[in-house]
Amino acid sequence: MATSTTAPGAARPDRRDARAGTPEPARRRRPRRPLLPYLLLVPAIVLELAVHVVPMAVGAWMSLLELTQFHIRDWSTAPFIGLDNYRATLDIHTAAGRELLHSFWVTLAYTLLSVGLAWLLGMAGAVVLQRPFRGRAVLRALFLTPYALPVYTAVITWSFLLQRDTGLVNHVLVDQLGLLDDRPFWLIGGNSFWSLLVVSVWRNWPFAFLCLMAGLQNVPDELYEASAIDGAGFWRRLRSVTLPLLRPVNLVLLLVLFLWTFNDFNTPYVLFGGSAPEQADLISIHIYRSSFKTWDFGSGSAMSVALLLFLLVVSAGYLLITNRRRDHA
Amino acid sequence: MRETAGERWGRRIVLTLLALFVVIPLYVMVTSAAKPLQDVQNGFTWWPSRPTLQPFVDMWSTVPLARYLVNSLVVSSIAAVCSVAVAIFAAFAVSRYRFRGRGVFSVTVLSTQMFPGILFLLPLFLIYVNLGNTTGIELYASRLGLVITYLTFSLPFSIWMLVGYFDSIPRGLDEAAQVDGAGPLRTLFQVILPAAVPGVVAVTVYAFMTAWGEVLFASVMTDEGSRTLAVGLQGYSTQFNVYWNQVMAASLVVSVPVVAGFLALQRYFVAGLTAGAVK
Repeated sequence: MATSTTAPGAARPDRRDARAGTPEPARRRRPRRPLLPYLLLVPAIVLELAVHVVPMAVGAWMSLLELTQFHIRDWSTAPFIGLDNYRATLDIHTAAGRELLHSFWVTLAYTLLSVGLAWLLGMAGAVVLQRPFRGRAVLRALFLTPYALPVYTAVITWSFLLQRDTGLVNHVLVDQLGLLDDRPFWLIGGNSFWSLLVVSVWRNWPFAFLCLMAGLQNVPDELYEASAIDGAGFWRRLRSVTLPLLRPVNLVLLLVLFLWTFNDFNTPYVLFGGSAPEQADLISIHIYRSSFKTWDFGSGSAMSVALLLFLLVVSAGYLLITNRRRDHA
Repeated sequence: MRETAGERWGRRIVLTLLALFVVIPLYVMVTSAAKPLQDVQNGFTWWPSRPTLQPFVDMWSTVPLARYLVNSLVVSSIAAVCSVAVAIFAAFAVSRYRFRGRGVFSVTVLSTQMFPGILFLLPLFLIYVNLGNTTGIELYASRLGLVITYLTFSLPFSIWMLVGYFDSIPRGLDEAAQVDGAGPLRTLFQVILPAAVPGVVAVTVYAFMTAWGEVLFASVMTDEGSRTLAVGLQGYSTQFNVYWNQVMAASLVVSVPVVAGFLALQRYFVAGLTAGAVK
């Protein structure tokens, strides 16, 4: 944090300064505008409350109601049914529970593969663009383009590539290379999972690339020089210099990518036109479809809350483990 | 430090593969936008049999693209400007003041960014519908509702990036202004903001892109009159036909401005990310 660079006695109330042994100026200034920072935050807080916090609380409440199509127009009439929605949707002995569990496993596999591949490509791109060479700026701009595209145009373009009869993928695989005899379907059936994965990696790897590139800018050249003089080859330098120095970036990047990918709605929604095949039924799509198909918002909310709890537990566990490792190191 | 031959070839191969992976879909988008309809109906062609700009003309009449475009422009611009205005004040408070709840605020705001959108969708949908029924404030299926929703989507990251920029502006400048008798708001507007213009522009573009590309809420919270591009572009597939050449032409037209804006400002995004990652 940049606060430590402030001279003691700067014209802002700063508890750290007070602790640093020069309490006089800080204490004298404090009563001047004690409310100002809060006033500055009011618009942001109001909006966050209105669109995120309150709806989240309402969502938790909705998950305890029998909020079916009969009660949506006037939700005050919806009866309170306690945890029945959770029992109905999370019980793996029912059809709904089995479908949700299936969707969970599909989402988990999709997320782990997509994040892993996006990170790998981002890392490769950042490392090969680390040193200056002619054309580097052009390539960097090119690599960032998939991330800059609006998600729906990127995914629509991919769905054109993946069309069975008019797409590039089958044209190359079947007509030009002759690898396959039949034209496979890429957007329905078992292949749809892999299509979804490729599209998501194409779209997300530039974000990993951007973050890792930013992280690499902080790695001093002298470290590479020194390790090269010590006789370290490319992989050794990657393992002993680059990766340890990128650790802080990676910790955040992997968690953010995990959460974004796990919650991904846009890619499957646009790629499959609103109805994901069973093999690519990601959890966001699953909740969306089951909520708006049956207009049962109560059980939809129950699934959303369960999803949130799962993500909170995973994130907390991740942060605990990575922090503990750092303390031991 | 000299590069070995193996490293040089490795670098070339990796660059080629990555570039091909990125370029092929972009190439198809651009070339297909210039194809006559029969080129995209009967199999795939690498190059238009007869390059034409007709798709760029026809795309406006197949679906009401102009209306979607205006809706997206209005919603995204207003959301971006409001989001940045709100973020500037919040970032100023977080960067320049130490107050109780500062840490809680930063963590809470950032963590909402990580929550599943579907979690807010159902309650917000009901809140907007019921609010319209009881008070007559039409947020459901209106552009106002979309503006309010989208501006909070970009808010967390905008605040985070702006705090990074503001932190990098020397506090000596603030102090000099205060010695001259400027209050906090004048310091913000006359000292800090002018020094942070690139950051503010980058954050505005980011907020615009967020609203421009949002799909989930657009698919539920809009009707035919307020529909944005995110949903509207899917209208090119009819029961009998998908006008892929027009879809690609429309995709190209709605992508070029945001891609150009992003690429022009990319080094500021990198700077913002670095500033954030150092924390």
